[in-house]
Amino acid sequence: MSTASVVAVPFATGRRRRIIWISSALVLVGLAIAGLSLGDAAIPVPDVFAALFGRGESGTRLVVVGWRLPRVVLGAAIGAMLALSGALFQVITRNPLGSPDILGFSAGAYTGALLVIVGGSVSTAALTAGAVGGGIAAAALVFVLVARRGAGGTRLIIVGIALTAMLGAVNTMIELAADDVVAHTAAIWGAGSLNGIDGRWIPLILGALALGGLAIAVMAPALALYELGEDRATSLGVRPVRLRISAMLIGVVLLAVTIAAAGPIAFVALAAPQIARRVWRSGPMPFAASAMTGAVLLLFSDLLAARLFAPTMLPTGLVTIGIGGLYLAWMLSGANRRRR
Amino acid sequence: MTTLATGGRRTLRRPPDAVVLPIVVLLLLAAVAVSIAVGPRTLTFDDLLAALTAPTGTEADLIVRDVRLPRTFVGIAAGSALAVAGVIMQTLTRNPLAEPGLLGVNAGASFAVAIAIVVLRIGEFGATMWFAFLGAAVASALVAVIGGVGRGASIGRLTLTGVAIGAVLSAATAALSLIDPHAYQSLRLWGAGALGGRSLDAAVLTLLVVAVGLVLVVLIAPGLGLLALGEDTARALGGRIGIARLGGFLAIVVLCGAATAAAGPIAFVGLLVPHALRAVFGPDTRRLLIYSALVGPILLLLADVLCGMLIAPRSIPVGVMTAFLGAPVLVALVLSRRVQAEGAPS
Repeated sequence: MSTASVVAVPFATGRRRRIIWISSALVLVGLAIAGLSLGDAAIPVPDVFAALFGRGESGTRLVVVGWRLPRVVLGAAIGAMLALSGALFQVITRNPLGSPDILGFSAGAYTGALLVIVGGSVSTAALTAGAVGGGIAAAALVFVLVARRGAGGTRLIIVGIALTAMLGAVNTMIELAADDVVAHTAAIWGAGSLNGIDGRWIPLILGALALGGLAIAVMAPALALYELGEDRATSLGVRPVRLRISAMLIGVVLLAVTIAAAGPIAFVALAAPQIARRVWRSGPMPFAASAMTGAVLLLFSDLLAARLFAPTMLPTGLVTIGIGGLYLAWMLSGANRRRR
Repeated sequence: MTTLATGGRRTLRRPPDAVVLPIVVLLLLAAVAVSIAVGPRTLTFDDLLAALTAPTGTEADLIVRDVRLPRTFVGIAAGSALAVAGVIMQTLTRNPLAEPGLLGVNAGASFAVAIAIVVLRIGEFGATMWFAFLGAAVASALVAVIGGVGRGASIGRLTLTGVAIGAVLSAATAALSLIDPHAYQSLRLWGAGALGGRSLDAAVLTLLVVAVGLVLVVLIAPGLGLLALGEDTARALGGRIGIARLGGFLAIVVLCGAATAAAGPIAFVGLLVPHALRAVFGPDTRRLLIYSALVGPILLLLADVLCGMLIAPRSIPVGVMTAFLGAPVLVALVLSRRVQAEGAPS
């Protein structure tokens, strides 16, 4: 199960890839338009386009461009970043389950951000710094714990699950100890939600996505070699320790920035790279395709979260847990069937 | 082989029951006393005595009879049930990480209770408990089928399946509580695992149901003991494996269902207690079952008292505390040689 997905998938032709790219882009645009159009006040699609191009009523423009557009843009970007973070960790750990939410980094980043909130600050910079610090601390802890015994098989994963449980308990204690207003803010944000996310996050999120994407593009050839095995990669000029550390830092930062903005949104990082790998039929980790899948997955989950029990809006994170957890169970049962 | 094994263990000088059992029982009584005596309101010994023996409806009587006694009863019942269920699950799955919280059984029970409360508008405790049984049964069957129990099953895969299904079910429970503001209030505390908030009747009912479950466990204990030696050995020694398995499954459903209906999904008690006891008493299933039933309540009651004191006057749900205490045990277990020797990483 641990490395099977690296080899088992047949490669796809360029034509097939092009078709998949075009259709997934269409799905993404479709979800974005649905996100702009649907809501407590549904706005017909022609009016949405009118508003986007600066025409139409000012009220409609406010709703579409001022309220819904930031949410759609941030949702897509956050989905892409989560997927990239997951893809990086799955490559480094050589494990399809080695995603930051299972390994406890999300919980750690959330602890960091929570401490900042309790400390009395909600500025984007402070939240992000707290989340990045917490995420890096959790990652360091996990790797120190498994360093002596090795990260083989599911050991790393179960250590991560335990750390997630423990940090989850710590987070609940912090929330409960905080005064009511802070606790309420933290609790809503803690479920992982695009509800109430606002435009002030756009520069930071898009900036982090661009920088992270660039760094991954630069590292991609080395990462592809790394996937072939450490010895082979070393003989081809890759420095595995340095690669692991830089990939891990980029992965934690990408993840932590999304958590600062939207709270912990589970399972996108886990599922998106694996789905992309199967759909695109790629040998090495398909980073661009993972980002696209993550964006589609999160926009879809967010639409579901907002409209399923309208007018009640569920936190987006609850829907992604549902989808991602079912996917994980399916994946495990698939491994089960193959083995017999 | 068995004689050799027991002979080998005897040389390790496990503490004899004649000494340990009275001590553990005394500790349990002490934990019960602390649980009843300690709370946000300080009561005198006379208050407590009067409330327990000759209540006259004073404020102290109400606090003891409506708040502390039910809380203590629920703690006894849930602590016993979860710890014993942990031993049974570890024996049946031959997975040292098996535990009602980790494998999603408690999440299944609480999802079913949430459906009863939110969708079917059933508020009566006795009725919701049936839903908890159903939820526990469906979740354990699901995890067993998907995660693959039995020969050649991987410890890691079963555990992961449990965590995944547990995560989905808890998310669904959270969603149910969020779409209904009224249910949100009643599910909020319970959803994190808390001993308080039940009536005395409900607490007594929980105790009775758990007692029935424990009787069932006594009946199947010999079969479980044989199963612990391995399926082939058990069969060779004439054990009726099918009956032991079915009985174990029923016991898990009754124990976890009752505990979850009363106290919400509490994780890690079933992991913490049996493994701590194994370190002291060795792998004898019969002893593990008996002591788990006694030590589970001690852990849960003391953890709950601690939860009430840490950030007083508020209180932390006890499930949060058990996760905080239990997670390091899980780390220690998965890093230990024992789990590896039994084939954890695959």
